[in-house]
Amino acid sequence: MSDTTLWLTIIGAGLCTWLLRLSFIELWQWMSVPPLLNRALRYVPPAVLAALVVPALVRSGGAIDISPDNLRLMSGIVAATVAWFSRNVLLTLAVGMGMLWLLESVI
Amino acid sequence: MSPRREQFSAGVAAVAPMLPGVAPFGVIAGLTAVGTGLSSAQAMAMSVAIFAGASQLATLQLVADGAMPAIILLTVFTINLRFSMYSASLAPHFQHLGRRWRLPLAYVLVDQNYALGIRHYRQGKSGTAEFGHWFFLGAGITLWLTWQAATAIGVFMGASVPRDWSLDFAIPLVFMVLLVPTLQDRPHIAAAVTGGTVATLAASMPLHLGIVTGALCGIAAGVWFEHRAEAK
Repeated sequence: MSDTTLWLTIIGAGLCTWLLRLSFIELWQWMSVPPLLNRALRYVPPAVLAALVVPALVRSGGAIDISPDNLRLMSGIVAATVAWFSRNVLLTLAVGMGMLWLLESVI
Repeated sequence: MSPRREQFSAGVAAVAPMLPGVAPFGVIAGLTAVGTGLSSAQAMAMSVAIFAGASQLATLQLVADGAMPAIILLTVFTINLRFSMYSASLAPHFQHLGRRWRLPLAYVLVDQNYALGIRHYRQGKSGTAEFGHWFFLGAGITLWLTWQAATAIGVFMGASVPRDWSLDFAIPLVFMVLLVPTLQDRPHIAAAVTGGTVATLAASMPLHLGIVTGALCGIAAGVWFEHRAEAK
């Protein structure tokens, strides 16, 4: 991606995000949120985050790989367990990254 | 103390305990931006312009994969759709304010000050109906400054971190920590399982539309499960 395109993408993404934040604050007088949309929006965080996490682990090398050779998947499973019980950012990062470095150096 | 200052300081105080949880995301955002090949200025501009961690990290991933700008914007739009829900929920409390207030207030709207702000309005202490936006602003500015400082630290560190440290792996780890608290009931879990599975299968789709496709299917699954639970 060229430098100019990258700048435009950053600015465009910022503008898009700001407009979403502003949306109903400005539209409030003209329209209310349709109930189905309101219901659907509640599922955005789990759907989006899982769509980001799972492929990054399962397809870490490009193709689907659920074998123990997939070091990122193995480290990710350990980190997910830590995230589940601790909900702590730093601890999850430390365990996940540490696990990956360990496996990469051993294997 | 004037009601404005009182509300503002209460907002700063309310958000303070959340900052240690926010800062590492910002550091990772700065670190990964530099690792992806962005200049320091671009890395900082990203945190100033977007000011939303998950979409910043997804943008970087897509830039690294060589996705088209239109697809990146569509992905950012999908990830940040939740802000329109926050926007609708806060809207009635901001209607007495002019545009001069509403535009910048919208800019600092993120997950944390939304949660704090809406609780503050519901508690409805005296002065909140009129001056509650100062509370929201106090929390928002604090989060904004923390985010920018954390990004700057990440950018600074990024210059000295070798590439073979696999730091891009920090991105899914960060998403994981954000994902866990959203899995509050069966429809939410269904949304996550569907979103993750479809995104994985769709990752080889042309144009890097896997994330968007997965997310939309996940949202549909959540709505469907909720509907089914209600019908019983």
